[in-house]
Amino acid sequence: MLKQTEGSHAVAEAVALCRPQVICAYPITPQTHIVEGLGEMVKSGELTGCEFINVESEFAALSVAIGASAAGARTYTATSSQGLLFMAEAVYNAAGLGLPIVMTIGNRAIGAPINIWNDHSDSMSMRDAGWIQLFAETNQEALDLHIQAFRLAEDLSCPVMVCMDGFILTHAYDRVDVPTQAQVDAFLPPYQPRQILDPSDPVSIGAMVGPEAFTEVRYLQHHKQLRALGLIPQLAADFAKEFRRDSGGLIRTYRTEGAETIVVALGSVNGTIQEVVDEMRAEGNAIGSVSICSFRPFPLAVLREALCNARRVVVLEKCLAVGMGGIVSDGVRKSLSGIVLNGYTVIAGLGGRAITRTSLRKLFEDAQRDELEQVTFLDLDADLVSFELERESRVRRTGPTAEALLRRIGTVASRIG
Amino acid sequence: MSGAELLSVAAFIEGRHAQAFPSFGSERMGAPVMAFCRIDDKEIRLREPVLEPDALIIQDATLLHQVDLFNGLPARGVVLINSAKSLDEMGLGGLAQGFQQYRVYPVPATDLALKHVGRAVPNVPLLAAFAAVTGVIGLASLERAIGEKFPASIAERNVAAARAAFEAAKSAKETISA
Amino acid sequence: MENQLIKFYQTGTFTVGNRLLSEEQRSVQADMHRTNSLNSGHRACQGCGEALGARYAIDAAMRATQNQLIAVNATGCLEVFSTPYPETSWQIPWIHSLFGNAAAVASGVAAAQRALGRKRVRVIAQGGDGGTTDIGFGCLSGMFERNDDVLYICYDNEAYMNTGVQRSSATPPAARTATTPAVGPSPGNVFGTGKNVPRIAMAHRIPYVATASVSNLRDLEAKVTYAMTIEGARYVHILVPCPLGWGTAPEDTIKIARLAVESGLFPLFEAHHGRVTSRTPIRRQVPVTDYLKPQKRFAHLFGKTPDTERIARVQAMAEANIAEYALLD
Repeated sequence: MLKQTEGSHAVAEAVALCRPQVICAYPITPQTHIVEGLGEMVKSGELTGCEFINVESEFAALSVAIGASAAGARTYTATSSQGLLFMAEAVYNAAGLGLPIVMTIGNRAIGAPINIWNDHSDSMSMRDAGWIQLFAETNQEALDLHIQAFRLAEDLSCPVMVCMDGFILTHAYDRVDVPTQAQVDAFLPPYQPRQILDPSDPVSIGAMVGPEAFTEVRYLQHHKQLRALGLIPQLAADFAKEFRRDSGGLIRTYRTEGAETIVVALGSVNGTIQEVVDEMRAEGNAIGSVSICSFRPFPLAVLREALCNARRVVVLEKCLAVGMGGIVSDGVRKSLSGIVLNGYTVIAGLGGRAITRTSLRKLFEDAQRDELEQVTFLDLDADLVSFELERESRVRRTGPTAEALLRRIGTVASRIG
Repeated sequence: MSGAELLSVAAFIEGRHAQAFPSFGSERMGAPVMAFCRIDDKEIRLREPVLEPDALIIQDATLLHQVDLFNGLPARGVVLINSAKSLDEMGLGGLAQGFQQYRVYPVPATDLALKHVGRAVPNVPLLAAFAAVTGVIGLASLERAIGEKFPASIAERNVAAARAAFEAAKSAKETISA
Repeated sequence: MENQLIKFYQTGTFTVGNRLLSEEQRSVQADMHRTNSLNSGHRACQGCGEALGARYAIDAAMRATQNQLIAVNATGCLEVFSTPYPETSWQIPWIHSLFGNAAAVASGVAAAQRALGRKRVRVIAQGGDGGTTDIGFGCLSGMFERNDDVLYICYDNEAYMNTGVQRSSATPPAARTATTPAVGPSPGNVFGTGKNVPRIAMAHRIPYVATASVSNLRDLEAKVTYAMTIEGARYVHILVPCPLGWGTAPEDTIKIARLAVESGLFPLFEAHHGRVTSRTPIRRQVPVTDYLKPQKRFAHLFGKTPDTERIARVQAMAEANIAEYALLD
């Protein structure tokens, strides 16, 4: 059924349709509306057979999820940014134990400096923990990916993170098609655990594993994600058959046929990129884009196939490997191993800075002329940076950097562009 | 529910695509906030803030002389301002005559809201005026949106406020165009 | 809960024989059909108080729940010595997640039982003092505050034993640990620090809080059994001497635990909804030196020039407990 609703609420409805049995909630902007929505559904009786637990920290949230999942319940939670870091130990633990927990990440920057706006640094911080990471381009896809996520997680016995841009998607009202319970039930069967805490058949879960077997356990985790490379497209195809729309999959290409320049990105910025691609194509430019949906497992093979004929690849990422440059571009570079083409990393949208059509247009034109640096910080205020560097070279007691910059440009969040 | 969100619901009711989102500023009460709404007949892919609005709805006139609200508004752009004063009284007489020729309509939205709803919430009257002036959404769609999103008793009163604002704006528009 | 007090003048050890008790009050360990939840073959040290306490506690809980029990274990000695890969000595469903989240994981397991309609299955969370009073404190408080249906058992050996005897917030004043060495003007752990988790549990007004000691195993079993008759958050804090960390002889574990109780340093009591409702009086009070002297972790208080000032402060702590809980009739 078509609805005009907030992205968070669309996700809450999707999760509710998946018949979750235990949901734990700890508030953090910008995911809070999701768990609030689910909490209300449980409290009002709209969502039955589900225990909703208000926990005292994100660490507790994922820990409660671990216990519930190990006991055989379909389990869900959500977090962002600082919260994901606070539960980091449990994130690795859940993956290591092979528990099919589904968790929404409302992507938000990580402090210091504290910032509530969108970027991908939170999900990226956990990219190697063993969770599957799926990125939604639109609120429709965010809704759909949760349904796919539960099946994927339970098929593989591997936890799944569904990542959606905080505020840009979570707080945007969009038109979405919410499936019926019957459709979801047909797609997602009841949870059949591979391991379960059950008095009638006791097992010990969480043993210490030494050098004699640790590598094998880790290898099997890796192998699981490699299997997911085949399972994810299969699921997307099954989903398309049942729900009659394309959602998920490993990557999505847009006008890449004959493209000399291809832009690669994750999440909602792909919409804006596609608008600019259309504009430039209309003027005869050979440009296209690729949206990566499955960031873990990283789709090396299909990405290579999509990019290998381009002359240059621009990776636009909302995250930063401090001291090195790009994170996503590392993976893209790996997929192009042995192929010679020009690769550019563009760091954009950090801390919620808007990525505009105008800026992208100029960026892509510069790329086409190969007039880009290896690493570009989109819309960087070079004057502001010079000001601060010069100040630091003159004075020892410079005070907090962030505050100094803010004082120079004005108040917090007074400019989004 | 913000004005932008309600507008998007009204557009949805007309079978159109609509995207509404806040400018993601401070979350505390009393801080200046901006919200955007895009309406189209096809799927909206763009995810940047609305930098060149076709119309601007100003709910709090005290912002007029604090923030550069008109940044990005194209020539002949529509501006609705929540105020019981006239343009001259607000010190904006020059706007309509200026080279940008903005089409500026003061709407006594707070007064209308107080009168019909009993609370100083100017969203609905402003949207109704917007409907009257631009025709982007119809009054009937706005009324349905109100019915869907507000509890019954409040919805009724908001619909009354909407109708009053719509009529007032329609005649004001005719006056300005004349 | 009924206590049947029997005094054995002949042995002088106050041991109670099973044949003089009713069936329900007999030790689970005497029952051929006991679960042996923590089975033999684990790798605990000789004389480990925690292994003893855990075996008694969990078997009692199993009997009380007709074997419908799931255990959640924090990282620590118990977890490590009971599951040396690829073996496990647990004969019950058991999960170890992290150091600080046993209480939260247990909350999740309990929630799953409700969601899955498994009304009879109960949940125990267990950990050492480190995992309970320090790193697990947040999750513990959260579980208490929500009144989740979990019995949390803390095996208190008063330091982070598994990692090499480092100080925790359960380490008593003056005790030597690797991070409170017996050097300098104030050797050992600092006075005026430390957390009383049973009192903190009581401050949450949970249905049941109890302290127990491996010196009175019948009392321990009775308290755990009783706890399983209650729904909601429950907390049992058991003193479990660690021969290695305390520097005591392995065969003296129970004796040391008894001296802790009889000196007044470890009061045995029960509380309901934040109020002390019963306590075990001290039979024969002993001076704290009787308790401290056999432990090498307090050796620096004795010797040629005993630290009379600090010993007096410890004695004062014992007296305060005796007064607070009316431990001497």
